[in-house]
This record gives sequence, structure tokens and C-alpha cells, in this order.
Amino acid sequence: MALLETKNLGISFGGLRAVNAFDISVEKGQLYGLIGPNGAGKTTIFNLLTGVYQPDEGAILLEGVNLTGKRTIDICKAGIARTFQNIRLFGDMTVLDNVKVGLHNHYPYSTFEGIFRLPRYRKVEKEMNTKAKELLEVFGLESYADYQAKNLPYGQQRKLEIARAMATEPKLLLLDEPAAGMNPNETKELMETIRFVRERFDMTILLIEHDMKLVSGICEKLTVLNFGEVLAQGDTQDVLNNPEVITAYLGS
Amino acid sequence: MEMKINKTKISKTTKNDLITYGMVILVYIVVQLLVSTGHVSSLVQGLLVPFCTYVIVAVALNLTVGILGELSLGHAGFMCVGAFASAVFSLAFKESIPGGLRFFLALLIGAAAAAVVGFLVGIPVLRLRGDYLAIVTLAFGEIIKNIINALYLGVDSNGIHFSMKDALSLHMEEDGLMLIKGAQGVTGTPNDSNFTVGVLLILITLFVVLNFIHSRTGRAVMSIRDNRIAAESVGINVTKYKLVAFTLSASLAGVAGVLYAHNLSTLNALPKNFGYNMSILILVFVVLGGIGNIRGSIIAAVLLTLLPEVLRGLSDYRMLIYSIVLITMMIFNWSPNAVFFRKRLKQTLTSGRKA
Amino acid sequence: MSFVAHLINGISLGSVYALIALGYTMVYGIAKMLNFAHGDVIMIGGYVVFVTASGMGLPPLAAIVISMAVCTVLGVTIERVAYRPLRGASPLAVLITAIGVSYLLQNVALLVFGSDTKAFTNVVTMPNLELFDGQLIIKSVTVVTVIVSIIIMVGLNLFVKRTKLGRAMTAVSEDKGAAQLMGINVNGTIAVTFAIGSALAAVAGVLLCSAYPSLTPYTGSMPGIKAFVAAVFGGIGSIPGAFIGGILLGIIENLSKAYISSQLADAIVFSILIIVLLVKPTGLLGKKILEKV
Repeated sequence: MALLETKNLGISFGGLRAVNAFDISVEKGQLYGLIGPNGAGKTTIFNLLTGVYQPDEGAILLEGVNLTGKRTIDICKAGIARTFQNIRLFGDMTVLDNVKVGLHNHYPYSTFEGIFRLPRYRKVEKEMNTKAKELLEVFGLESYADYQAKNLPYGQQRKLEIARAMATEPKLLLLDEPAAGMNPNETKELMETIRFVRERFDMTILLIEHDMKLVSGICEKLTVLNFGEVLAQGDTQDVLNNPEVITAYLGS
Repeated sequence: MEMKINKTKISKTTKNDLITYGMVILVYIVVQLLVSTGHVSSLVQGLLVPFCTYVIVAVALNLTVGILGELSLGHAGFMCVGAFASAVFSLAFKESIPGGLRFFLALLIGAAAAAVVGFLVGIPVLRLRGDYLAIVTLAFGEIIKNIINALYLGVDSNGIHFSMKDALSLHMEEDGLMLIKGAQGVTGTPNDSNFTVGVLLILITLFVVLNFIHSRTGRAVMSIRDNRIAAESVGINVTKYKLVAFTLSASLAGVAGVLYAHNLSTLNALPKNFGYNMSILILVFVVLGGIGNIRGSIIAAVLLTLLPEVLRGLSDYRMLIYSIVLITMMIFNWSPNAVFFRKRLKQTLTSGRKA
Repeated sequence: MSFVAHLINGISLGSVYALIALGYTMVYGIAKMLNFAHGDVIMIGGYVVFVTASGMGLPPLAAIVISMAVCTVLGVTIERVAYRPLRGASPLAVLITAIGVSYLLQNVALLVFGSDTKAFTNVVTMPNLELFDGQLIIKSVTVVTVIVSIIIMVGLNLFVKRTKLGRAMTAVSEDKGAAQLMGINVNGTIAVTFAIGSALAAVAGVLLCSAYPSLTPYTGSMPGIKAFVAAVFGGIGSIPGAFIGGILLGIIENLSKAYISSQLADAIVFSILIIVLLVKPTGLLGKKILEKV
């Protein structure tokens, strides 16, 4: 059974059909790329998968469980985490606290226990700190732990966003144009990080990307989207050699 | 290396909190010394409890404005609920419960009543954003004040009577006790609060708010403030945590109301003590002390209440000065140009130091 | 008959709200900020007429023109000094600054004119309308206020829809950045918006004080807030909406005063704001805006 499956997913905004009859099947452990020209509906698909938008039709299945119509937080709890095209960190909080917010649902204690600093507060906070620092270390961010997130360099902000997403212990990680705004060196480093995350956490990753080099370098499978519809789908090399895809990207 | 970072961080926030507590205690000792040596005029002495009231509401409001990131212009309304609920209780049990216990119970009742109203107001209000949220909290504050002004409440051998029309429609027995007399408010509340009680309540408020901020719940609330969509994406229940923070903030404003009510023999819901002008005055304290800066709220509340009393000649210009300072502070702190300028200044300074 | 009288009083009050709401809705619709100080500009407008007409003995029309000029300059100055530096800052910061400006105006008025209530001389000197053998009296102020607010509403609507400047305003309200790229002077357009809004505030001030002839530094703040309620009720940013919202709110307030409780009339007015925002946040005639993720 595929880890993530969508069936005939579709949504319209006003008269515009943003996504139509979208089917995808991502196997566990895969690194899957979602590419397409600007406005093809890639981010809309992420928003559908994470419950930010509700689809007009179709279904979303994670490990066979139907997530269609669920709220964002329930989808997160079900195991889908994401990053954003325009980085969305908790800017005024520290880097460490950003990750600790990601850990929120896995390390519970009540507000009352927190205010009165009861034993469970001390125990859980300690566990959280250890876990959060472990994650920061994985992403090479440990020396920034006390920085305000908004003061991090751009590349590190991207990494922190991924670290925060990983803190929710997802089954599937959605990365929305992680290389946007990066120079070739940073992009290369990011590719390493993505590969590393996949190895280390045995993670399934679905990624939106414009950077062809990054896509062909790390993705095994691709789906190409054009005007909200699937143009091509399959192994990376086959898809990239598909004449229709070349036309959509370069014009005829 | 890593452990070291951790240790310094934890001790840094704890140290900051301890400084705040220490500051309050120090001021308390100094004021007590000044009072006992007769250096404080009776006028200023009369202001000591209202000081504490302002400080508590300012800290409570900072929880909403600075930590939750929403502007409430209705905190005077929550104060009003706390004040009236507790005053009615204390008046009704004036004879039957001894002072200390009665005030303690009154505190719990005031805080609980304000929390309930805060929760009920929060459910609809927190769905709104920004300007609308601010104006609706203002509306709720005014509604609360209006309702209390129209409320008649009495108790006699037949039980509790209430009316929204006038005292006569209560149909009370001869021996009955009027608790709330409409616009005339509550008369005869026992004088249970004093400066020491006020400072104790400030310390409790600080304890609750500071520990809340450093807890898991506090982090969830701040994450919503910084980026609601990202907070949802990592599984934070936005509605729940907004409500928790808002209710706690309202309940602490209620505590301030209890303190206020038990310092007066007659309690009225007037525009000047529970109207939106009061909410705005408290907002001035919060802004001047630094949004999100709890210690700053305390300092601002004390300084801004004290200064005009000390500099009597300035008292006519007090509100004028407040407003000018408020506008200047906002522009200096928030204008994109000023932010950019400060950033560059900081960079020049730090790079200068390195070289 | 008393119901009709209450209704007419409501329309009278409502048309003042409508006038104020028109200014609110223009500024909110275009500059996207809640100009909390709008009500206090009204109060200043009232004082200017008081000084020039009652104090210096100028004819009412001249006093009104001077008042409009003063308020226009005041509005543009406030925008330039306090609001423009904060363009692009968080809405919370802008709102708090606007509250500061509101406070400033109130306290300047308090220092200059004192806290005592000034008896405002009605500037509308026409005879009252008497109907049904004097059973129903419609004050001339009411008639004038209703007519003036209708004229202004229609005029503003035409201005925004038909003139080049008006269309520039619409463009700025949709997207400041794009408008700038299209060669529209965004700062200039917003300044004009404030100028128009403040001139309207002066007119509203005169009519408010003529209908309810007592003037204090706080005269403007409550009507200002209620007019904002009216603007939200009608759909913020919509000019006909502000008018309809204002009239309806005035009627509701007066009827609640007459038939429910004068103590609770304000509470009822504010409850309407809350109900509207919860049931139909866009108001009667407003548009919906989607948040982009």
C-alpha cells in the first residue's frame, strides 16, 4: 500500500480550476518531486494535502486512512508535516523554542502543571530540551539555539523550518521549494541535508521544486503539473525526457 | 559546549524573572519605609492600592497584547466584572465570614467571574483578526459596563432578586439587603485591601504570567502570535490556546478589579474607571513598557502614575504628555524606516567593536 | 404617532452616524487602517465652528467652511506625521498610534477649551417642519442632516467611481505596490483620502453639535466609535454601506432607548457590531477577502 495516495483531487477558486483530477501515489521511503511552471497548482496541492484548503472533490489517503476534510492540526497529528515556500518561522522566538513548538503534541503536560512548575513540567521540559537539541544538532543548528529565529541567515532558516517539521515526527514530509532564493552552493548543501534526513529518519519526502538540477539529482519519481492537471508522471529520467514536459517548460 | 549553552539560557530567563520579583519587593520595602517615616503624603498613600491595580491589569493586558499578539480594548470590562462579583460577595457575607478568609474567597470569585466572562467573550472575539478584534473587545467592555449600570440585585429571606429596571421591581422584603443599586453601584463593601495585599497580588500575577510564558502552553500561544499558519501546520490548536491565554488574561484583570473594589466603600461602573478610556490608559502602560515586556509594564505603570503626582505642575499636561510619548514610541519602535535604521546602527556598532 | 417621532429622531441621529461612517469607511477602505482619531477630528470641527460662529460672530456658512479647512489640514497632518511613517508596520502598531492621536486631540482640546460643556448654537436657522397640526415636529436640523448626508454619499460614490483620482483610490485600496508600479502616487492618494474624510468630519461635527448642542472634548469619541460600528454594519469600505449602516444604527439606537431601556441602548448598539461580525463579517454590502498561504 502506498504511503500517500490521492484520488481525483480537485479544487476551484471562483471560476478557476486550480487543481483537477490529481492522482498521486507516493511509496514509503520515496523521494518524490512535484514540478511544473509557475501557477500550475503545486502549492495548492500542498495546501489541500495539509487541510489549509478543502478539496471540492476527491480523496486523500495516508496509509489507507482517509484524511479528506480533516483540519490542519489533525492532519499534522496523522503524520504529514510541511515547510512553506515563503519561510514561516516563529520569528520572535528562539531557534530552540521553534523546534520545541514542533514537539508540542508529543510531550504533553497541562497549563496548570506549567504555571506551578509541578514535577511533570520539569521532567517533560527536560526531555523536550534534549530532543530539540538533538534535532538542532542533526541540522547543524545547535550553535544558533538561543538566536531569535528571524535573525538566522536565510539558508539556516530553511533548515530550521525542516527541523521544526521533523519535530512533529511525521510519516511524510512536504517541502515547498526548499531551494528558492538559494545560491548554487547553498542548494548543494540543501540537497545533502534532504538526502541525510531521508536516510537518518527513513523519511518519505514529497518536494516541490523549480531547480531542475536539484530535482534530477535527488528525486526518484516525478509528477509534472501544468494548469492544474497532471502532464506526466513516472521515473525521473523518463519524465524529464518526455517531449510534452520539455514543451511545457521551454515552450514549443 | 552544548550543555553550557543550555545552562546559561535557563539561568538567563530565571534570572530575568528573579530581577522582576526582586524589583517589586524592593519597591515595596522602600515605600513602606517612606510611609513609616512620614515621607509620603496622604494623597500618594491613597494612590498605593490603585497603583497595584494598574500594575496587575497592565501585566494581564500584556499577556494578551504582547504574548497572544491581539489588541484588547476591553480589559477594563473584565476588571469591572471581577470588581462587582467580588464586591457583591463581600457585602453579602460581610458579617458571616471573617475578613481574611472573605477576601481570599472574594479573590477567587472575582477571578473566576472574570475568567468566565473572558471565556464567553473570547469564543466569538478570537475568531476575528486585528482591528475588528480590538473594536469588538471595546464593544464588549462597554456592554459589560452598561449592563452592570442597569443591574439591580438584592437578597432577602426569600432569596436573591434581580432586575434590569429599577429597585422597586425587585419586590424585596423589609429586611432585605440591596447589593447592586443600578448606576449607584455597590455601597458598603468591606475595606479588605491594602498596599501589602496589593503587592502580594502583583507577585502572584507575575508568578502566573511569567511561568505561563515559559511553559509549553506559553510557547504555543507565542507561536500563534508569530505565525498562525505555521503554528497550525505543526499541530497547534489555535482556537484553544488563544482562548486559554485570553481567559487567563481576563481572569487576572478580574483580580485587579477585586483589589480595586475592596479599596473603595462605594463602587460604581463609571466611564473613568471601567470604560474604554481605562482600557486605553492600561494599553499606554503596556506600550510604553514594551509590548511583550512584563517588567516594562510594571515600570511604566508605576512611573506614569507617580510622575504627575510628584510633579504637580505637570498634572494638567499628564494625558497630553502620555499621548505624545505613545505616538513617538510607536513610530520609533515600529516604523519600517526606524527599524531599518536601528538595525544598521546596531550593525555598525558591532562591526566597529570587532575591528 | 410617538413611534414615528422616535423613528424620525433615529433617522436624524443615524444620518450623523452615516456622515461620520462615510469618512471612516473611506479611510479604512483605502489606507486599510482604523483611524481611531476620526471622532476627535469631528470634535475639533465642532470647536472651530463654536469659536468662529459663537465667539467671533461669523456667519454660519463661513464658520463651516473655515471648520472644513482646519479639519482638512489637521487630517492630512495627522496622516503625514503619525500614520505615514508606520505604513507597512503591523496593523496593531498603527491602531495603537491612532489611539494615541485620538488621546492627543482630546487633551489638546481639554487644555485649550477646558472641560466645561459649551452650549453650541444651532447653525441651521430654518423653521421646523410641523405635520398633522403640530402633532409631529421634524426639526430643520434633521431635514438638513439627512439631505446633506445623502448628497455627500452620492457625491462620494460618483467621485470614487468616475474620476481619475477616485479610481486611483480604488487601485491603492486593492494593492498599494501594484498601484505604485502603475504610476499612481500612493502617498498622495492616501493623503487626499484623509483630506476628504476629515472635511466630512467637519461637516459631521457641525451637524452633530447642532442636533445635540453640547460640546466637550469627548463629544466625538462615542459617536466616532458608533459610526465605526455603522461602517462595519454596512460593510467596511462600501460607501452606500456606510450610509445605510449609519441610518439603521441610529434608528436601532433610538428605538431601543424608547422601548427597551435607555441604560442599555449602547449595549444593544454594540451587540449589533458583534452579531454582524460573527454572522456576516463583511457587513451588508462588503466584499470577502481570501488569505493567501
